[in-house]
Amino acid sequence: MTAPVPVSLIVNGTEVSRLVAPRTTLADFLRFDLELTGTHTGCEMGACGACLVMMDGEAVHACLVFAVQAVGSRIETVEGLAERGAIADLQAAFHVRNALQCGFCTPGMLVTAHALLERVDEVPSREEIRDALSGNYCRCTGYEAIVDAVTAAAQTRCCGGARPADALQDEGVQP
Amino acid sequence: MKARAFTYVRARSLEEAVTRFGEADGEASYISGGQSLVPALALRLQAPAVIIDLAGIATLRGVMLEDGALRIGALTRHADVLTHPLIGAHAPLLREAAPHVAHPAIRNRGTIGGNIALADPASEFPAMLLAIDARVEIFGPAGFRQVPADDYFLDLYQTAAEPGEIVTAILVPPAPPGTVIAMDELARRRGDYAMVGAGLQGRFSTDRTVEALRIAFFSVGATPVRAKGAETAVIGNALDAVAIAKAQRALDDDLDPMDDEEVPAAMRRHLARVLLGRLLQRMRDKT
Repeated sequence: MTAPVPVSLIVNGTEVSRLVAPRTTLADFLRFDLELTGTHTGCEMGACGACLVMMDGEAVHACLVFAVQAVGSRIETVEGLAERGAIADLQAAFHVRNALQCGFCTPGMLVTAHALLERVDEVPSREEIRDALSGNYCRCTGYEAIVDAVTAAAQTRCCGGARPADALQDEGVQP
Repeated sequence: MKARAFTYVRARSLEEAVTRFGEADGEASYISGGQSLVPALALRLQAPAVIIDLAGIATLRGVMLEDGALRIGALTRHADVLTHPLIGAHAPLLREAAPHVAHPAIRNRGTIGGNIALADPASEFPAMLLAIDARVEIFGPAGFRQVPADDYFLDLYQTAAEPGEIVTAILVPPAPPGTVIAMDELARRRGDYAMVGAGLQGRFSTDRTVEALRIAFFSVGATPVRAKGAETAVIGNALDAVAIAKAQRALDDDLDPMDDEEVPAAMRRHLARVLLGRLLQRMRDKT
């Protein structure tokens, strides 16, 4: 009775159907069944945020959702966000600001930052960014640079669409 | 860090869910948002043979005014508590507490019904239910029943809901005009469990004396706790420094926190006094 069950959902715009064991988390389903390994698994209990994906347009921990629960939902992983260019500015800002060291937490950070910038109309304060990132651990403790990068991307999004690298050069920051 | 293998059942009605639970012979768990259950399964703190998903049961959804009371369906997510206009208007203390509940991504999945069913004594909403005098609606084999929040939280993770019963809604009495609220918690990091937290809801008369007040603490024991001595200390008085100090002193009898690895009981008592003082002052400033 714990045999695999059919799961159909839309991942990065493509409908996928697989048989999965009910105990398979969405994170493992994405990583092992679909080979979308950009979704990282860290703590696997919802504390570290490395596994965040967009589920029906909202950021969720893929390790805290069983794949069977996600039937019929629309999932976008960090790969999907990157490929359609939705986070190109964030990626560039992370690069320029050196907002990663080992990079393990980066996919989750990008998804959280993307969800935050989708939600707000203005440039969020550093406190708001920190609050939004409160569910993401960076074990290299690179938080200052991450908040810098999210701030830079938010400023670019809000203030006329200049490319982040150009905008940063204008501020005297060397890419 | 993986759950034990289980059978997954997607229930389409409350009756079906309760029946399937009964068939599992005590080896079942309900799941809604799963933001507490899935970590518990990953850690093997729980290892049910059957997991019954309530997320597809339409009657558990929705926030509405019904017979003058606010009805918050069990599947209402924490993120919705933060933004729903009816909750903001009629249960402002819940909205005030919502930003303190975990992190944004958890709030996108976690549900108020699941939160109340789990009854974590360090969680925000259970204490808020005490402060707003809410009732918990429960469905079981014998049908629906309602339990006042004061009678619902029995012990550590133990509630008036029997195994197999489902929390279906939170019923909030309408807050009278002039209702004043205050809520806060002392945590090491936003989103972490609080060392101490509290929610207050009350009313002041035109001469600024306290007409009614309910004070509920969390993270101070096995259940959320009403601070009835502190309530009594200020009801009928103006919220001056003397009354606030009296309420703070009354906490010595209201609260009986235990020592734990992180926070000694004496420190929790101290933090509770500090927090109550701040919150009462905040209420006074609003009048």
